[in-house]
Amino acid sequence: MTTTAPPPTKPEPHRAAKTVSRPGDRIFAGLARGSGILLLVVMAAIALFLTVRAVSAISKDHGNFLTTFEWTPSLNPPVFGIAVLAYGTVVSSIIAMAIAVPIAIGIALFITHYAPRRLGGPIAYVIDLLAAVPSIVYGLWGALFLVPHLRGVNLWLNDYFGWTYIFHKEDPNSAARSLFTVGILLAIMILPIITNVSREVINQVPKMHEEAALALGATRWEVIRLSVLPFARSGIISASMLGLGRALGETMAVATVLSASPQLSGHILDPLGGTFSQNIVAKFGEADEFGRDALIASGLVLFLITLLVNGAARIIIQRRKEYSGANA
Amino acid sequence: MAKRIDISGLSAYYSAFKAIDDISMTIEPGSVTAFIGPSGCGKSTFLRTLNRMHEVTPGGRVEGKVMLDDENLYGSGVDPVTVRRTVGMVFQRPNPFPTMSIYDNVAAGLKLNGIRKKSELDGIVERSLKGANLWNEVKDRLNKPGSGLSGGQQQRLCIARAIAVEPQVLLMDEPCSALDPISTLAIEDLIGELKTRFTIVIVTHNMQQAARVSDRTAFFNLSAVGQPGKLIEIDDTERIFSNPSVQATEDYISGRFG
Ligand SMILES: Nc1ncnc2c1ncn2[C@@H]1O[C@H](COP(=O)(O)OP(=O)(O)OP(=O)(O)O)[C@@H](O)[C@H]1O
Ligand SMILES: [Mg+2]
Repeated sequence: MTTTAPPPTKPEPHRAAKTVSRPGDRIFAGLARGSGILLLVVMAAIALFLTVRAVSAISKDHGNFLTTFEWTPSLNPPVFGIAVLAYGTVVSSIIAMAIAVPIAIGIALFITHYAPRRLGGPIAYVIDLLAAVPSIVYGLWGALFLVPHLRGVNLWLNDYFGWTYIFHKEDPNSAARSLFTVGILLAIMILPIITNVSREVINQVPKMHEEAALALGATRWEVIRLSVLPFARSGIISASMLGLGRALGETMAVATVLSASPQLSGHILDPLGGTFSQNIVAKFGEADEFGRDALIASGLVLFLITLLVNGAARIIIQRRKEYSGANA
Repeated sequence: MAKRIDISGLSAYYSAFKAIDDISMTIEPGSVTAFIGPSGCGKSTFLRTLNRMHEVTPGGRVEGKVMLDDENLYGSGVDPVTVRRTVGMVFQRPNPFPTMSIYDNVAAGLKLNGIRKKSELDGIVERSLKGANLWNEVKDRLNKPGSGLSGGQQQRLCIARAIAVEPQVLLMDEPCSALDPISTLAIEDLIGELKTRFTIVIVTHNMQQAARVSDRTAFFNLSAVGQPGKLIEIDDTERIFSNPSVQATEDYISGRFG
C-alpha cells in the first residue's frame, strides 16, 4: 500500500497571461482533460446503476429501510433495514478510531522526535509492512487469536466497568465476537496507514518552526505542542480519515470475527450486530436478484456515510485554513 | 538584566566536521556586538552555541566554555531549556508560530514560563509589542494570525516574542536579510533601544549595518573551504572599520577579499 502524505495545502493554480502553445503541452492537456472526463463518466455510470437498483429494491421493502433490524429480503413480502448495520458500522469504527488515532499519533511522534535515528527507520519500516498484510490474514488472526484471548479482558471490563452501561455484558460467558473485538481488530488494521501518513506530515513541519519554539525554551513536548501538532493538524486529520474510510468499509476481518445477528445493543461487548460490508459478504452468495439489489442499497448507504465523514473532515480542515501556516 | 558573556576555547562540530575552532571572546553586558565574516565561516554556528541551539542539529557537538556572568552554560547539570529561556534568539527568516494569533505568539514564551493570568499576559504582550515597535500596527488585530503580517512585521513580532520573556541576552542571526530597507531601519532603531536592557549579539553581512548598530565587531574567517572558521579579531566597531589590526579584516571590510 502506498502511503504518500497529502500535501498540507494546495498551491494556487497559476496561469501566465499569454503562453505560446506547444504540441507537447497540447497533447498533455488533451490527455489530462480526456482522462478527467472519462473518470467522471465512469463514476456517473456506476452511481446511476447503483441508484437505480437500490431505489427499485427499497421501493419494494415492506419494512422501514432505515429503522428495520432484520435483513430478510427473501421473505414474502420482503422486510429489510439497515438499522443494525449502520449502528454496527459506526460503533465499530468509532471504537477503532478511539484506539488507533492516539496510538498512531504517539508512534509517529516517537519515530520523528523521540527515537534515535537508528531506531526510527526500522520501526517505520515494520509499520509499513503491517500495512501490506492482507485483511483476511487479520481476520483469521482476529478469529483464532483475538477472540479467545479477549475473553478475559471482556470479563474484567464487565466486572469493573459494567456500570458504565457501555461495558456491560448481557451474558458474561459468551464469546468475544462483539463490536468491541471488531473495533480492536480494525484499530490494528488502520494503525499503519494513520501512523505512516501522520509521520510524513510531521516530518514536513519546517525546522524553523520547531526552532522557534526551542529558542523560547520549550521542552521537547512543548515543541510538539507549539509547533509540530498545530502545523501537522490538518494532515493528521486527513490521515485519520483515510483510516476511518478503511475501517468503515472493512469486510473480511469483520465477517470472520463478529457473530452477526439482527440485534442492536448499547453494550459493545455483546456478541451481536453487524456491519454493512460484513452483511454484504455474508448474504451475497445466496441472494437472488432482488436480494442483491437490496444489498446494493445498503452499499449505497455505506458510501453516503463515507462521503459524509469525508465532507465533515474537509470542513474541519478548511475552517483552520487561515491558520494553516501556508503563507509562512 | 543584561549579562556578560565570557567564551573560552569554544569549538563546535557537525559530526566529524569542525565548523569553528577555539574561539574566545568577552561580550560586555548591555552592548551590541556584531559578527561579520564570509559565508560559511561559522557565524551562525557560533551564535547557536551561545544558547545551546547548536546541539539540536543532528551530530552537533560543542567543546569549551560559555560563561554567562558566573554560570557555565555547558556545565554539567545545566538544562539547555533553561539556558534558552535566558538567552533569546531571533532567526534569519521570520518564524512566528503560523497557527497562532499575534497575541498568542507573543504570549507563547510567557505561557511556557507558567504565566497564565490574563491581566498579567495582557500587560506584557502590550509592553513587548511596544518594545518591538509593532504595537500601533497590530493593536486592532491581536487575534489575527501572525502569519498574516508582512515580513518586516513578522520579524518584529518574533523580536517581541523573544523579549517578552525578558531574556538576558538576545541573539540575532541576520535578522534583516529578508527585509526591505525601511523594515531594516525599523529593526536597527529597535536594536539601539533594546541594548539598554539586553546584551545583544547580531550576525550580519551588511557592513553599514554592523557599523551603525554595534559597539563591538568580531571578524571571523576561514583559511579554506572545509577548514574550521576562526575568530580573527574583535574590537570596538569604530576601530574595526577605521583601523583594524589585522590585514584580513581590512581586506574583507573594504571588499578586497578572496
Ligand atoms: N546542519 C549542518 N550540518 C553540517 N554542516 C553544517 C551544518 N550547518 C552548517 N554547516 C557547516 O558549518 C560551517 C559553518 O556554517 P555556518 O552556517 O555557521 O556559516 P555562516 O558563517 O553562518 O554562513 P552564512 O554567512 O552563509 O550564514 C559551513 O562549512 C557549513 O557548511
Ligand atoms: Mg549564517
